[in-house]
Amino acid sequence: MTTRMKIAIASGKGGTGKSMVAANLAWALAQSDRVTLVDCDVEEPNLHLFFPPDDPESTDVQVSIPAFDNSRCTLCGDCAGFCAFGALVVAKDRVLFFPEHCHSCGGCALVCPAGAITEIQRPIGTVTIRHLSAHLSLVTGTLNEGEVLGVKVIREAKRYAAKPGWLVCDASPGTSCPVVETLHGSDFCLLITESTPFGLHDLELAYSVTSHLGIPVGVVINRSDGKDEEVRRFCNERGIIVLATIPFDRWIAAVQGSGDLISRVDPAWKERFIALGGACRSSVGGT
Amino acid sequence: MKICIPSKGPDIQDLVDERFGRAPYFIIYDTESKMTEAHVNSTAGAMGGVGPKAAQFLLNQGVDSLVTERVGGNALEALKAGGIMVLLYEEKGSTVANAITAFLKGNLKEQ
Repeated sequence: MTTRMKIAIASGKGGTGKSMVAANLAWALAQSDRVTLVDCDVEEPNLHLFFPPDDPESTDVQVSIPAFDNSRCTLCGDCAGFCAFGALVVAKDRVLFFPEHCHSCGGCALVCPAGAITEIQRPIGTVTIRHLSAHLSLVTGTLNEGEVLGVKVIREAKRYAAKPGWLVCDASPGTSCPVVETLHGSDFCLLITESTPFGLHDLELAYSVTSHLGIPVGVVINRSDGKDEEVRRFCNERGIIVLATIPFDRWIAAVQGSGDLISRVDPAWKERFIALGGACRSSVGGT
Repeated sequence: MKICIPSKGPDIQDLVDERFGRAPYFIIYDTESKMTEAHVNSTAGAMGGVGPKAAQFLLNQGVDSLVTERVGGNALEALKAGGIMVLLYEEKGSTVANAITAFLKGNLKEQ
């Protein structure tokens, strides 16, 4: 039976090793199972750097925006009055449209009494699919420069990834809308932290988000210097299991720095990441 | 001619607000009747797009000139398209009354 398990990788703090854990976990699990890795850090996606170049397929992510028929427009102002985001201003002789404020709700076209507004498509990003091996695919969401609707690109990337097998979604840092969208629908979340006051502080923030969304979590302590008492105390107090500890180690840094994966280079690490996936599945009662 | 000054309060002795779209009040002064009207900026607390919304309000009020310390790019584009002159008033901590006086003296720089 094929596993169906959606794991999100999040952290709060940037630079804790979300992408490192996501890529290694996906690579290790794909040795025996179908895995789709999704890069949801759409403002700076980089998971593809861990895998050899191939021939990716890209599709535009588009949003609807209004187009105005000036011969019909009476400059009544109803569209601008309706727009909650200030994307429209009706001046004396024309309608001004600020596309970066538009949330694509379609309301302006609905309220226009003159039928002067139609909707057209505007690209804001891409979804790229790479078939890395028989079992492993990578779906990368990329938000175009200057765009703000990252959530829309993340949603599309996850939609392309909706297949049987493991789904591993790598979130952006932080706790705002893109992270919430990445977490949405996940069975389990791995929170990556490090043994610093900054790592702990942002772990607490990230945990408050997963708690609010009702998603079970496990913690991975990365770059551990062995002094993880504060993180472990936080986890103990809340009944969070620390599922893995990755040491602060020159060899790991060197493998990572060369764009390789420790699970690809060292069979022992491959086994550890397979065990981490198993622990995620067991935590939510899967088999 | 109507001029508008973003303000922290509803009175001409209140201070000029350094922001445009997020100013709590707009005070509109009519240079012919010498009357002032205070309007609450109902979109000051909105999540985004407050500049264009404030510009729309000024257009609807028939304002000719905006006297402000600062104005964002989208708001400026909307104000210019609507034929509203934007004049920079960079006197910190000044009252609306002083801003009106400065405008009447005619030595404010156009944005």
